[in-house]
Amino acid sequence: MRTVTAAPASAPPDRRPARPSRLRRSWDRNWYAWAMVLPVVIVLAVLIFYPLGRGIWLSFTDLNEANQVAEICTKSITGGEVCEENPNRWEYAGLDNYVRVLTGQVGRFWEWTGITLIWTFVGVAFHYGLGLGLAILLNRPIRGRGLYRVLLVLPWAVPAFVSAFAWKFIFNERFGLANSLLIGLGADPLPWFSERWTALFTAIVTNVWLGVPFMMVALLGGLQTIPGELYEAAEIDGASPWQRFRAITLPGLRSTSMTVILLGTIWTFNLFPVIFLVTEGEPAGETEILVTGAYRAAFEGIRNYSLASTYGVLILSILLVFSVFYRRALRKQGEVW
Amino acid sequence: MSQSTSSGMAAAAAGTPAAPIEAGATPTAPAETTRRAGRSRRSPATSLLLHGTLIVASLVAIGPIVWVLLSSFKPGYAVQSTNLTLVQDPTLTNYRYVLFDTNFLRWLLNSVLVAAGTMGIGIFLSATTGYAVSRFNFPGRRPLMMVFLVTQMFPVAILIVPIYTIMARLGLINTLPSLVIAYLTIAVPFCAWMLKGYFDSIPTSLDEAAALDGCGPFATFWRVVLPLARPAVAVTAFYTFLTAWGEVAYASAFIQTDNQFTLAYGLRQFVPQYNPQWEYLTAAAVLVTVPAGLVFMIAQRHLVSGLTAGGTKG
Repeated sequence: MRTVTAAPASAPPDRRPARPSRLRRSWDRNWYAWAMVLPVVIVLAVLIFYPLGRGIWLSFTDLNEANQVAEICTKSITGGEVCEENPNRWEYAGLDNYVRVLTGQVGRFWEWTGITLIWTFVGVAFHYGLGLGLAILLNRPIRGRGLYRVLLVLPWAVPAFVSAFAWKFIFNERFGLANSLLIGLGADPLPWFSERWTALFTAIVTNVWLGVPFMMVALLGGLQTIPGELYEAAEIDGASPWQRFRAITLPGLRSTSMTVILLGTIWTFNLFPVIFLVTEGEPAGETEILVTGAYRAAFEGIRNYSLASTYGVLILSILLVFSVFYRRALRKQGEVW
Repeated sequence: MSQSTSSGMAAAAAGTPAAPIEAGATPTAPAETTRRAGRSRRSPATSLLLHGTLIVASLVAIGPIVWVLLSSFKPGYAVQSTNLTLVQDPTLTNYRYVLFDTNFLRWLLNSVLVAAGTMGIGIFLSATTGYAVSRFNFPGRRPLMMVFLVTQMFPVAILIVPIYTIMARLGLINTLPSLVIAYLTIAVPFCAWMLKGYFDSIPTSLDEAAALDGCGPFATFWRVVLPLARPAVAVTAFYTFLTAWGEVAYASAFIQTDNQFTLAYGLRQFVPQYNPQWEYLTAAAVLVTVPAGLVFMIAQRHLVSGLTAGGTKG
């Protein structure tokens, strides 16, 4: 033990002939690393994996607000409590929840999935497109670049829930800025939240506004790792700006792009506050995405905990499948990520 | 979950190849400017287009913020009027009402307590892990890193119900600690990942020198690496704080009484479905944003260094 502690942390594994046992050696070499990660492993186990396991288990039961108690207690005349077993106690229900969700008997799984896909795809496409465009503009030597950069990053500095309220205010039907502008342009004001697509539009605008600064900063970081000599060489060879963009910028940004697109997709897919606060699912749950739909199943009306867990499992499965395919597609193209 | 967490994580995960740490933060490095200046002699038209685009984009970026700021100084009838005005009868009534006639200050305190608690505990728990994952190649390292990544995918819907039932059993519903515990599920993997990225950017030769001087791994971490990583810890802490500051789902589900609300949920009280009072909401929004925004702008420089720090090693 003492020798190991004194050895440099990144020492190569020692190959002395006299070896006690593999386990023992592994312990001697790694005990401090394991000790260092122990707090996090405990937290992960208690706070994430135990609830995760429980959530998956709940999705196979019929737990809801009404049947959650094991015993029903009634006060007797003498003042004591008489408890008897709840006859309708929650119990294992097999795949019932999944069948009911996937066949559309409860909730609107497929409709919400469709909305979620549109919401995610449009959001990420605009985040990436606008972020890339602005990053390229900001990557040039230009007067006032520092100022532009600060102004463009500002939306990121505003807490998401505040931005959500701000946009809801702007899209207010009676006195919002958006409708005032429409009237100013000679158009009719729109009742934004009483029609599905306009309501979804407001949420997507909010999300795009929120998310572009991050993409911009991430891609700007990526752009600055591309050596300027490449552009000079291309220019000498007579490449047009478009060719330079296609042949140098895009490949140079590739690994950054792939990572931020994957993560952006996951976050937008799960982005709770914008839909929850801006459209509130209006009109009548037509702009609900899966995450907010699941939340409402769990905490609004008669709380259906098992149903919400089922949604949770389904959402996580979709994301896992997506990221596995995404990685595989990258591997096929020779990307090492 | 919120965009700010997200940012950090991607930051760390973004696979930018080994770049000088401050590459992004100092975009106007003199060498680069002179080198580029040669090829970008722009015509006035291009220049105009470039600035025009950036100005429009900047206006879109700050427009909503400015609009809310302007509205917060208007009296209620002007906010609710259909006539568009920039400034009308400026007044501080909204601020006075929000600060002194509502529970706003209480919500602010709650938010600060929850966010600071999450930040402190999260950093404290995950710092050594970040270091171990960055430096040692121990059995279990790869799975642990996979876990950090996969937890980013967890939808709020899958953890919120089990955590809610556990909290209910512990009698913690409607208390601030329940929120701190729930936020740790996001903060701990996030902090560990971020800090790993930053520790990667500190040369291992320092560790080796410390080891030669007789420091054990814990002493090396505590006396050599952690002091060097202080700015990184600060930035990670700040991200964690902001995430907890802006979280909505858990706060809406776990907290039931007015005096326990955090800001994210409390602000909703100003705009109920019927008779929303937007003038108060705008004032509260400004009060919430100004401190967060200021700190963010200060941390901005490090934010870019965080972006490039993440991908330097495995």
